[in-house]
Amino acid sequence: MDLITNLSIGFGVAFTAQNLVYAFVGCLLGTLIGVLPGIGPVATIAMLLPATYALPPVSALIMLAGIYYGAQYGGSTTAILVNLPGESSSVVTVIDGYQMARKGRAGPALAAAGLGSFFAGCVGTLILAAFAPPLTELAFKFGPAEYFSLMILGLIGAVVLASGSLLKAITMILLGLALGLVGTDVNSGVARYSFDIPELTDGIGFIAIAMGVFGYGEIIANLAVPEHEREVFTAKVKGLWPTRQDFKDMTPAVLRGTALGSALGILPGGGALLSAFAAYTIEKKIKLKQGEMAFGKGNIRGVAGPESANNAGAQTSFIPLLTLGIPPNAVMALMVGAMTIHNIQPGPQVMTSNPELFWGLIASMWIGNLMLIVLNLPMIGIWIKLLTIPYKWLFPSIVLFCAVGVYSENNNTFDVWMVAIFGIVGYLFLKLKCEPAPLLLGFILGPMMEENLRRALLLSRGDWSVFVMRPLSAGLLVAAALLLIVVLLPSVKAKREEAFVED
Amino acid sequence: MRIKSQRDFCSGVLFSAFGVAFAWGATTYNVGTGARMGPGYFPLIVGILIALMGVLITLKALAVETEDGEPIGRIAWKPLVFIIGANLMFGVLLGGLPGIGLPSMGLIVAIYALTFIASLAGDNFGWKGVTILATILALGSYLAFVVALKLQFQVWPTFISG
Repeated sequence: MDLITNLSIGFGVAFTAQNLVYAFVGCLLGTLIGVLPGIGPVATIAMLLPATYALPPVSALIMLAGIYYGAQYGGSTTAILVNLPGESSSVVTVIDGYQMARKGRAGPALAAAGLGSFFAGCVGTLILAAFAPPLTELAFKFGPAEYFSLMILGLIGAVVLASGSLLKAITMILLGLALGLVGTDVNSGVARYSFDIPELTDGIGFIAIAMGVFGYGEIIANLAVPEHEREVFTAKVKGLWPTRQDFKDMTPAVLRGTALGSALGILPGGGALLSAFAAYTIEKKIKLKQGEMAFGKGNIRGVAGPESANNAGAQTSFIPLLTLGIPPNAVMALMVGAMTIHNIQPGPQVMTSNPELFWGLIASMWIGNLMLIVLNLPMIGIWIKLLTIPYKWLFPSIVLFCAVGVYSENNNTFDVWMVAIFGIVGYLFLKLKCEPAPLLLGFILGPMMEENLRRALLLSRGDWSVFVMRPLSAGLLVAAALLLIVVLLPSVKAKREEAFVED
Repeated sequence: MRIKSQRDFCSGVLFSAFGVAFAWGATTYNVGTGARMGPGYFPLIVGILIALMGVLITLKALAVETEDGEPIGRIAWKPLVFIIGANLMFGVLLGGLPGIGLPSMGLIVAIYALTFIASLAGDNFGWKGVTILATILALGSYLAFVVALKLQFQVWPTFISG
């Protein structure tokens, strides 16, 4: 068995006491920095990258893997505890995770996120080890038309992120697309919608939107309720650990999330990100069991599914990096940077020219995952304690962390003004019952969508039929149409039922 | 015609206005053709779609009956003003306003100001408690962001530390 010999080479390289310590330290640092709102995995890795220069290559990569997982899990922790998505993939976790925390079930939510991620990470590692070369072939089949169709599918899936009006959810996605287009057009160099403000030519920062809309909007709405009626968090914390029923509910969600994440992670450019959204869509479309919490109100499946998908996607997104040398996202681009510092050129040749390193890296990804769970399960108790802090002390602190987070991103007060604007916008959204999660997905996908549309139409000389003529792309569009019908059906049915009642 | 959902009516009108403005903005750039998309092509499509959706939402708000008229409700001016104000003051104190010659006051001053202003958004404001909170936050931020993470901050006012 190639797989087993290969993996044993990898573990032989990675599994030393020294490397385990590096993995642990990386994971701890990553978690501690990652929980700070506004500092996501990219910023964390960028900050800690210099600390790994002096280490031998394998140790450095192991530590970085630890930092990455730690930061990602730290981001999920803030999302669950204080409703602040520090990075794009935790936007989904916020929806049900924060509601669970408000109901005193932050412990099970955090445990579900951790356990789901660990399981997904293990599966992702195996897939990475077993199928890296053949899976790359699949990624090659994806041209611009396919990517565009995939994003359409993703955006329609995002409609499900909202639990209210369908029309408004679609409009919020479009609004997100529009906001994502602000800044310099990569093809022509024209600064769009920048109003001659130099900072806007770089586009609007994701952190500023996320912090403003989720963080400030939520705080203002909470404070608007008079104190004696306000119940941000229930005083009773119901258990640190998921109940037997929770495990029963989350297991299938974790499995589905893992499968989705592993598949989508292979696609460079947004695959891993879309997987979290896709997983939530699927979970929400699966019928609720008797007595199960509704989605958007604190359903554990809404946390476990996307978190697993996210982690599985993060794992398999190494495939394009290691086999093609294409970094699929910003985090991976930083990893490439780290590798080149250590004189490793990522690409197909790594696997043959440097098998110890290749398999060592794969093994170290798994070790990073393991450390995450070793470190974070005991820490759940500490995080829960945070929620017992009275709200009157908690909210000024959250405001401060948001402000520091956005400022430190570019060391520019302009982002502080932006977060203020989006705070007002976020409150307006809450008042008008326009849910913000779809907006953020649109915001992230906007520029990618435009780019792929442009490329696809350029290749087809302006012929729109390219999207239905290519079988893969057509398949994705059919799936999108089906999804739209599935999403529309319940509301149509509800209308009809209403009509019958009136008769 | 009566407005049947105040919330949807307002959202619809706002969306349409934004969509029209966005599409109009797109036409100021080179739109181009499908095969050679200019910088205005995709924004124009998005803007038109937003405007259309806005109109749909507005019409729905006028046509579909709701139980309570879905009122927008009172705007919570107090938390809105104080939270956003605290954030703006933080930016002003941390970065200074070169436009009017205001120097940077540094991170510590900015944290105290933010904590005090933000706390005013709550219901009961106690000087003692807030001072303690601000001190903890200032100290904690200094240790975490400046000492440990080595982020680039102006910690003290420029006229003291230069």
